[in-house]
Amino acid sequence: MTTVSPVREAEAPAVPARQKRRLPPKVLIGRIGIHVMLLALAVIYIFPFVVSVASSLKTNAEATQQPLRLIPETLTFAAYERLFTDVPLMKWTFNSALVTICVTLGRVFLGSLAGYALSRLQWRGRAFIFAGIIAVMAVPSVVLLIPRFLILYQLGIYDSYIGMIVPIIVDATTIFIMKNFFESIPESVEEAARIDGAGVFRTFWSVVLPMARPALITVFILSFQGSWNEFAHFIVSRQDPDLHTLTTGVATLVSGQLGSGNQYPIQLAAAVLMTIPVAILFFIFQRHIMSTAEGAEKG
Amino acid sequence: MTSLARPRSRGLRGNEGPFGWLFTLPAILILGTFLVIPILLAVWVSFSNWNGLGPPVGGQAEFVGAANYAEVLTQPGLARRDFGIAIRNNLYYVLFVVPIQTAVALFLAVQVNQKVLKARGFFRTAFYFPSVTSSVAITVVFLYLFGASGVVNGVLNWLRVRGPNWFADPRGVFHIVLSWLGVDSVPSFLAGEGPLGVTWWEWIAGPSVAMTALIALAVFTTSGTFMLLFLAGLQAIGQDIEEAALVDGAGPVRKFFSITLPMLKPTLFTVLTLGLIATWQVFDQIYLTGGGAPAKTTLTPAFLAYSASFESLKWGRGAAISFILFGIIVVLTIFQRWLLRDREGSRRNRRRRARMAQAGAMAAITTGGGHGTGGGAGE
Repeated sequence: MTTVSPVREAEAPAVPARQKRRLPPKVLIGRIGIHVMLLALAVIYIFPFVVSVASSLKTNAEATQQPLRLIPETLTFAAYERLFTDVPLMKWTFNSALVTICVTLGRVFLGSLAGYALSRLQWRGRAFIFAGIIAVMAVPSVVLLIPRFLILYQLGIYDSYIGMIVPIIVDATTIFIMKNFFESIPESVEEAARIDGAGVFRTFWSVVLPMARPALITVFILSFQGSWNEFAHFIVSRQDPDLHTLTTGVATLVSGQLGSGNQYPIQLAAAVLMTIPVAILFFIFQRHIMSTAEGAEKG
Repeated sequence: MTSLARPRSRGLRGNEGPFGWLFTLPAILILGTFLVIPILLAVWVSFSNWNGLGPPVGGQAEFVGAANYAEVLTQPGLARRDFGIAIRNNLYYVLFVVPIQTAVALFLAVQVNQKVLKARGFFRTAFYFPSVTSSVAITVVFLYLFGASGVVNGVLNWLRVRGPNWFADPRGVFHIVLSWLGVDSVPSFLAGEGPLGVTWWEWIAGPSVAMTALIALAVFTTSGTFMLLFLAGLQAIGQDIEEAALVDGAGPVRKFFSITLPMLKPTLFTVLTLGLIATWQVFDQIYLTGGGAPAKTTLTPAFLAYSASFESLKWGRGAAISFILFGIIVVLTIFQRWLLRDREGSRRNRRRRARMAQAGAMAAITTGGGHGTGGGAGE
């Protein structure tokens, strides 16, 4: 993940000389047209989120009858209040946070360890293990739902935090990304550390890992987003209501009793709240995310 | 252990063998316990009559041969019919989502890559943001948008069109079109039974109205991720070639089809493959919109495997459906590889593709983790 380069041409100021040159009307109209069209598309992409926030602040009746009104006639926080009183939202949030923290830390650490061993250490069996991990990556996750339940059940860790966290704490894609990045770090760096007498783990931890910051950020973002948004695994690894995460909990708002009738505001309020952490993550690391794909192609 | 280590680095590096195993041990143990062994366990269950009571291995479950596979593939009955309907639904989902999301993503990427565009950062953010949200949140939003008196129908109302009750409408889109053309009853030549116990008339129904809403959802949430992949591809092409084309007098449309698109082939390949894999795994959205409702027209094999196991307690059948789905995904991916194979097979392309794989892996998670697929390792 050679993503060190920042986004290069983000809003570069137009060269003044160019501005002075007057564009032919046909080109000018074309450019305005592009902007108008993209703006319209952007509105379509953003509108669902704006509507969700707006309607979460309406009464049930108004949300149903006036879905398009962006400023509620009667502004109410009733939906949000109900989320904290009628529904164990805090419990769900706690579970989601716990799972997300464990899975994210685990994936980043264990993925880096394995990625390092697979790229920089010389040992017999390396090629074999790497091939195995690539094969594992190819298994579609949805095919694993029933097998995962079976093993959790057989091991007696169904309906436990362990069963919710451990199966997804290692992820082949993370290992793959870390391995690729470590390969781009020059060998001389390690050798210098070794000459200074640092052991294998020490070299990894204090010399190589800090240099892998861009890849670590990528893996952190992917792990956080993946585990916070995870749904299917928590459907098959638990049924205890006390172990609901935000995703499975909010799902009960849709399909359970609160799903009946027109209780849109409470559902939308929950959707809005559960989106906030990933939205914050997205805006913090926006430049990194946007340049990751670019860096990957440039190599 | 170290006999194969390169002699040059041996002295300085010492014996790294134990560390290699030590560092990979947690990953090997966890992937082995929660991925490899479970699959073997599920293979056994798919050939057994385990009903969920007692342990799957060493309990009362008996070997029943390929009976579970036969039930969904060859034996006439409800199980086979449900499977056929699920395959049909998913097939239409794939046929609509993959081309549309690819085209939209490519279109957006070309647009936001233009040097003359102002506020490119804003546009990229706007188009990408839906990709980071969870499938649960976005499905809740879409259930509201496509409600009977929802936002979409409100907009249609302005245009003097009466919108359907999207998520409650099981009518097939192609059936609706046929009824406009005057075909109201089943034509006799389509009344016969087709593959998997589903009549030809049902096979050609098209996606149901409810399914079209889910198709829109998929395009909405994945086009941003794939836009980033295309953007990466576009920037690798560079401006030089593009400008050369302009000098040669090629118009923008001609330039796109004769220069940009052929050079984007590796990216296109990645996007199509990831799209195909993800769309065959759609689960979360189906679960949230009522498990195949209305009238099983949004039922998919992934959800059918789940409901056969967890709801009907036919674990063997559920596991069998999972493996058939796995087979479908593998076969289609191989077929697509063959179809889009690089006839020149140049080295450069292969290297590019290797680099793309890594961006693809990222996209696989962001599209899979949130939408279109479920599970940690997936999309």
